[in-house]
Formats: sequence, structure tokens, C-alpha cells
Amino acid sequence: MTRWPAIVVLAAFASIPLWMENLYFLHILVVTGIFIIAAMSLNLLLGFTGQLSLGHVAFFGIGAYASALVSLGFEVHLTEDFAVGIGPKPVWLAMALATAVAGLCGFAIGKIAFKVRGAYFVIVSISFAEVVRLVAVNWVELTQGPMALNNIPALKLGVPGLIEISFLRKPAYYYLVLAAAAVSYVIIRRLVNSQAGRAMIALRENEPLAVSVGIDVTRYLVLATVVSAAMAGAAGALYAHYVRIVDPDIFLFIYTVTMVIMVITGGKGTFAGPIVGGVIFGSVPEVLRALAIQPELQWIAFGLLMIGIVFLLPQGIVPAVQGWWQSRGKTPPQGGPPIEAGSGAQQ
Amino acid sequence: MLDQFLQHCLNALMLGGTYALLGIGLTLIFGIMRVVNFTHGELYAFGAYMMYALVMRLGIDFFAALVLAMALGIVLGGAIELTLLRPLRSSDIDITMLVMIGAWIVLQNSEQLAWTGVAQSIANPFPAEPLVFGSLSVSWNRVFVLLVAMFLISATYFLVNGTKLGRAMRATFQDRETAALMGVRIERVHTATFALGSGLAAASGALLGPIFVVTPTMGDLAATKAFAIVILGGLGNVVGATVGGFILAFAEEIGVAYISSGYRDAMGFLLIILILLVRPTGLIAQKERIS
Repeated sequence: MTRWPAIVVLAAFASIPLWMENLYFLHILVVTGIFIIAAMSLNLLLGFTGQLSLGHVAFFGIGAYASALVSLGFEVHLTEDFAVGIGPKPVWLAMALATAVAGLCGFAIGKIAFKVRGAYFVIVSISFAEVVRLVAVNWVELTQGPMALNNIPALKLGVPGLIEISFLRKPAYYYLVLAAAAVSYVIIRRLVNSQAGRAMIALRENEPLAVSVGIDVTRYLVLATVVSAAMAGAAGALYAHYVRIVDPDIFLFIYTVTMVIMVITGGKGTFAGPIVGGVIFGSVPEVLRALAIQPELQWIAFGLLMIGIVFLLPQGIVPAVQGWWQSRGKTPPQGGPPIEAGSGAQQ
Repeated sequence: MLDQFLQHCLNALMLGGTYALLGIGLTLIFGIMRVVNFTHGELYAFGAYMMYALVMRLGIDFFAALVLAMALGIVLGGAIELTLLRPLRSSDIDITMLVMIGAWIVLQNSEQLAWTGVAQSIANPFPAEPLVFGSLSVSWNRVFVLLVAMFLISATYFLVNGTKLGRAMRATFQDRETAALMGVRIERVHTATFALGSGLAAASGALLGPIFVVTPTMGDLAATKAFAIVILGGLGNVVGATVGGFILAFAEEIGVAYISSGYRDAMGFLLIILILLVRPTGLIAQKERIS
């Protein structure tokens, strides 16, 4: 029964291209959708394991670069006369490989970074993203550096000679992103509701206690990071074949900030949170732009909005609405909070 | 060849002083308040812009402007702490961090709005010809920067280890609740720490502004380096941050000279990853104790 709200929301999103003819609006929805997938993947780490990764954009960017490079083909000279490279591959294969590459990076980084916690972990995750960005800027032979990878092919699917669907048009791409988001949602839901998910939540709530009952903390943290990184990489691959140009600016810290604020605004540790927060923070820059004020003032408004939301709704919108819904009609217990701590894991 | 190496070492020494100054301010805030302070780089840029405004626009004496810029940094830091951090004292680290990211965005864009994106330079009163030892040379301005930085680092060390406020800071760092029970005014310690750290960041901006140029985004790079230094030295560790600042400066100078200049800003992060593999508590680990 709890599935009905999700299906209704999915149907509502699916109907949008049927009645919306404004292509710019669809474009914003596609980009927002891609960022919502990234935010959902971040929520797995931030919301369910409690680890704040501020380097998440690295996985997004690695996915974008990997997918673009595989679909374009590349050749790299490791020494003077020894080169490795591959020819151009189909886009669907590139996207799958990019997802795997991002997951592998998540594995490696998880193994290193989870030696530390808290503020140290935050800094390490930022460092990782920054190193990857500098590699993208400086390894010109592979990434073209600031000149960017251009003419990235669009996705085409189909049986040769029979049918072919090109994802060049915005409505088609919108459905692709929507499908990817739905799959990501289901994966996260199933993972969190599994035994592994319960272990993750246990160590978020009390790590020493979780260890004491025999939960292998590093193993579950690395598992969460691999899934999260692969999902972010897939989002990056979707982004690369949509905008069809990738440059090192994809690693900018502000993209990580956007993902984090989407998760926090919606409510970390809830399944719907990143979607609610994503819709809000996907539209805020457009609203500010429509007000036609200077870019600096737009950013100042963005920053103030961030501070305001965190001050007013530190739990996020979804838990606040849930608390209101649950206490509706009931007389709230004297002096007690409407929702108990830790109930965020339930949708 | 040896001359070149020595020249790089000398440059690293000059750079290391300001890195250490940046790192100390951040490590105190980080260690005592458990706040990932994203405004640190903006306080650095603020110091540089105040120096520019005071010297180039108002024509105030260079040395008086330096003191004033640091004082203004202390005031701005105190104001940020009182308005944004004090109400969130019992919140999670990610909540305060997001607020600091918001403040960072607001401050940086305000600087852009106030001073435009054009790079500004600040005149300095030092002789133009460098100080020469044999085949090595260094500008007078850089020597001055190193001396002031060493003075401020020593003063901070004395403040933390030799005064009543410093004792309260160390007590808060070790155990906040117990310190409060013993009569330490935690709120005041927090405000003082944040204001002091901000003042040190503003001072490094005011010192480096006349050497480089002043731009609204100059704080971003400074902040990333300060973070690297804090990890190198360990949270809340003044001596660690000082050593970390010099190590980072050496790694950058040697890396640029013998590896590749494109990866200069990656050195700090590579050092962090290396440190984590070998010694996760930082270079000079004293069981997470201050200074």
C-alpha cells in the first residue's frame, strides 16, 4: 500500500512532457533530474550512514569523463613509444563502464578515507575531489584539459536494422532520466531496507554500539560508498551525453554544495527528501535568474536562503511534513516532540 | 644546481610562514568548536581587501593598516560567531558546516559586488631591490612577512599555553561539559576562538595582499591550503599547524621545481592522502590535544 504515493508521483512526472511544450522548462527538468539522482546517491552516504562526503562531485565528474572518453575513444602515451587506447564504443556501453569506473573509485577512496571520521573525513573528501579536478585540468592528453571534450555522441538504442531510438530530443531524454531516477530510488530503498541497510543505520546512530554487536563498520561504509559512487557516476554519464561537452568545471565545489543542500533541505535519511529538495533547489536559480538581478546578488540570495533553511528546518521538509501529518488529529503528548529521533529512516 | 635548490628552500621558508598563520587560525576553530569553517578563506580575502582599502583608497600608513586589517578581521569573525554559530551550538557538524558554506557564498559575492572582479594590487614601502646572499635573493617584503608571521605564531602559542584564556580554550578542547562544570565560560571561549582565528586569517591576507594581487576568489585557494595544513598537523594542534604550513610550502616549491607546476595546488591534497595512509591522527599527534 505504501507504494501508491511513489507511483502517483512517478505518473505525475511522466505526464509532464505530454502537456508541457516549453522546451526550456523541459531542459531545466532534465538537468534537475540528473542532479536529483546525484543527490539521492549522496543521501545514501549522508542520510543513512551519517558520513558527510563533500567530494561527491568527483564521482559525478569521473562518470561524465569516463563515459565521454569511452564513447569518443582515446589514446594515452604512458611512455615515449608505449600507448594505450581504445576506439569509439557505443554510448550505452560507455555509460555502463562509467558507472563501473565510478564505483571502483568509490571502493578505493572508501578504503582510504574511512580510516577517519567527522571533520577529518569531510576534508579528505574535499581533497579527493580537488585532486581529481586538477588531474582533469592538467592531463591534457586524456581530458583535453580546459579545452573540454567536445562532440560527445548522444545515446542511441535499438536493434540494428529494425528499430532505433535516438535520445537527442528533450522529451526522450527526460524519460530516460526519469527512468534512471526511478531505478535509483528502488535500488536505494531496497538496499536501506535490507540487512546491510540496517547495519548502516545502526552505525549512523551509534558507531561504538554497532561495532560492539559485531557489525563490520568499514565493510558497510565501503559498500555504501561503492553504490553511492556508481550511482553518482551514472548521473554524470547521463549529464555528459545530454550537454555533450565536459570540462574540468564539472568538478567545481559548488555542485557538491548543491547536492548537499538538496539532501538537507528535503530531509536527509528520508527516501523522498532528495527529490523534494532537488525540485526546490533545481528551480531556485531559475527563479532568481527570472528576477533579472545581478549574478552576485543571485548568489547572495542563494547563500542567505541556504542559511535560512538550515536555521528554520534543520531536519528538512519531509520529516517536518511527516511530523505534522502524524500529529494531525491526535493531541500531541505534553511537552514531547511530535516525532521521535531516528524515525527518519522510515519513509 | 645546489643554488637553485637552496633558492627553492628559501622561497618555501617565506611562503611557509603565511601558510602556518592560516593553518593556526583554522586549527583552533576546528579543534575547539568542531566547526568546519568555510569562511576562513573569505576572512583571508577580507584582510587583503581591507589592506587595499586602507592603503590605496584612504592613504593610511602601511603598518597601521596591517594592524587595523587584523582588528577588523577579529570584529567580523566575532560577528559571524555571534549571529550564525552561537544559535546552532548544539547542532550537528553538518548543519553548522552548511551555514558556513552559505556564509562563504554570501561573503565572496559581497566582495565581488563591492570591489568588482578586477584584480587589485597594493603598494608596499619596502625597497624594490632584493636582499642578496651570494647567489640567493629574496625581497624585503617577503622577509617582513615571514617575521610578522613568526611573531603572530609565537604570540598565539603564548596565548594558548600561557594565559587564562588559553587554559580555558585547552580545557574546552579536551572536554566541553567538564570545562563548563568547572566554571569555564564556554560561550565566551567559542567567540574568542573564532574571532582570534578569523583575525589570524585576515592578518595573513593583509600580509600576502601586497605580495600577490587581491581578487574576490583569492580566499578559495587559501582555504583549501589551510584545510590541508590542519589535517597535516592534527586538529587543534598549534605546533602541528606551524610545522604543517612549512611542510606544505616545501612540498609545493619542490614539487613545482622538479615535477610539474600544474600540480602545485594538488600537493597539499596528495600529502593529506599520504598522511592518512601512514598516520591518520596527523604528523605531530599528541592524542588530539591542543598545542
